[in-house]
Amino acid sequence: MIRDITIGQYYPKESVVHKLDPRVKLIGTLVYMISMFCFQRFLGFFFVICFLGLTINISKVPVPYILKGLKPIIAILLFTVGINALFSQGRVLFEFGIIKITIEGIRKAIFMGIRLVLLVIGASMMTFTTTPNHLTDGLEALLKPLKWLHVPVHEIAMMMSIALRFIPILLEETDKIMKAQMARGADFETGNMIVRAKKLIPLLVPLFVSAFRRANDLAMAMDARCYRGGEGRTKMNPLSYKRRDYYAFCIIILYVVLLFVNVKYMPQLI
Amino acid sequence: MVNSKDLTFEYIRRDENGNVESITKAVDGVNIHVEPGQFVAILGHNGSGKSTFAKHINALLSPTEGSLFIDKKDTKNLEKLWEIRQTAGMVFQNPDNQIIGNVVEEDVGFGPENLGIETKKIWERVQESLQAVDMLNFRKHSPNKLSGGQKQRVAIAGVVAMKPKCIILDEPTAMLDPNGRKEVMETIKILNQQEKITVILITHYMEEVVNADKVFVMNKGQVVMEGTPREIFSQVEQLKEYRLDLPQVTELAYELQKEGIPLTSPILTVEELLSQLTP
Repeated sequence: MIRDITIGQYYPKESVVHKLDPRVKLIGTLVYMISMFCFQRFLGFFFVICFLGLTINISKVPVPYILKGLKPIIAILLFTVGINALFSQGRVLFEFGIIKITIEGIRKAIFMGIRLVLLVIGASMMTFTTTPNHLTDGLEALLKPLKWLHVPVHEIAMMMSIALRFIPILLEETDKIMKAQMARGADFETGNMIVRAKKLIPLLVPLFVSAFRRANDLAMAMDARCYRGGEGRTKMNPLSYKRRDYYAFCIIILYVVLLFVNVKYMPQLI
Repeated sequence: MVNSKDLTFEYIRRDENGNVESITKAVDGVNIHVEPGQFVAILGHNGSGKSTFAKHINALLSPTEGSLFIDKKDTKNLEKLWEIRQTAGMVFQNPDNQIIGNVVEEDVGFGPENLGIETKKIWERVQESLQAVDMLNFRKHSPNKLSGGQKQRVAIAGVVAMKPKCIILDEPTAMLDPNGRKEVMETIKILNQQEKITVILITHYMEEVVNADKVFVMNKGQVVMEGTPREIFSQVEQLKEYRLDLPQVTELAYELQKEGIPLTSPILTVEELLSQLTP
């Protein structure tokens, strides 16, 4: 089941978006997400969808694949839409006991739904086109100023990349332990939520023990290979802005300007 | 290359108040001398202290008593710590737990990155080391998709990229299947013969020891036997006392000899046995 989740996974393709500097993509995604909360009208989505569509088109990531990534958020999506539709004040469209459905409510529900979907697609576009290593490199470079506040930026980035490396290993291990427990009669599938959660304890304990053991081994291996923190360390893939990165920055700025003009000066239609 | 004098290491177990509960001598007065370019094997049953000794060579542990010199550098000297770790690289048992990178070539570059080598040189070293272990075709792969033997070869490449004079392998084949074991042993042999890297192999598989220049047998923290493989394997009864097996062929030859078939003992390879049995 865990393997079905496509959010946060890398989709290998040769495209300009894939080759962009991770810092550009991180900043772009951040700007995109903030921009989403800066308008209250549907016309704003037009620019957002144009911008997103352009990115998807250039990145060559197939649209069905992207939409598949929305599956895990369907529950949250329905919940948000439902809440907004049911509990909004305004002109009543029809009443059903205590439930009142208003025109404003429906409008808000649709608005929120679109916003959520676009947010998730935007965020996953970044992970589709950026390898985890690039992502941590980019984060490390962008957060470097925080070093002045004594934030261990390099260490955080290193932890992230090690965590990413060990996710598949620990998944496999969980699977193995689960099968070993099932072979001895453990039952992970019946019972209600609480019963099932309790049954996970014999699964989690050995998993934690093994994770600590692995961490110990890895720390020793890193020591043996002369790891001594970020000081004096060189990079195999140093980040450097290329021409395409500057173009990308221009597009991001253009997007912000267009959206701003739209929000400020265009008449509100719906 | 590696020179230990009466090396002793004690594990001290303390109770909650910090009082010493018990002291276990994991390594007890070990004298081991390794010449540059040699292929040395250290044999021993579980708990014989061979892994603890190996960690001393890489300065991961510091001796309680006695001393250990790597390439004339004292491992107690903390200023030389990183030099020592670069001179004597270490490969561990579990291939998964020593690969840091998410891509093969990034993992191989991890060591040189830590040494502060410039970017262009790192790539040269990565290329060379992957070639040395014959894993160049997998350079863009994720380590998770490799077999155990391939992972262990990547780990070896990661050490080779630091240009060590000596590599210590702590049971590198213990978690591998027979094919992976063969792959790794061949890689080690090539590194020793072509790249002239000193190899210290710690193992309990007798077959891997046959080609070594020198063998040390450890038991309860002490070196109890020392010599060429041929010398070691001629003392069958003593080896059995230390709960060590013989290579299959040697065992067969030993049993045949007991039954009265004339053979000049000990026999280390299948070819030797064949040539002696067929006149």
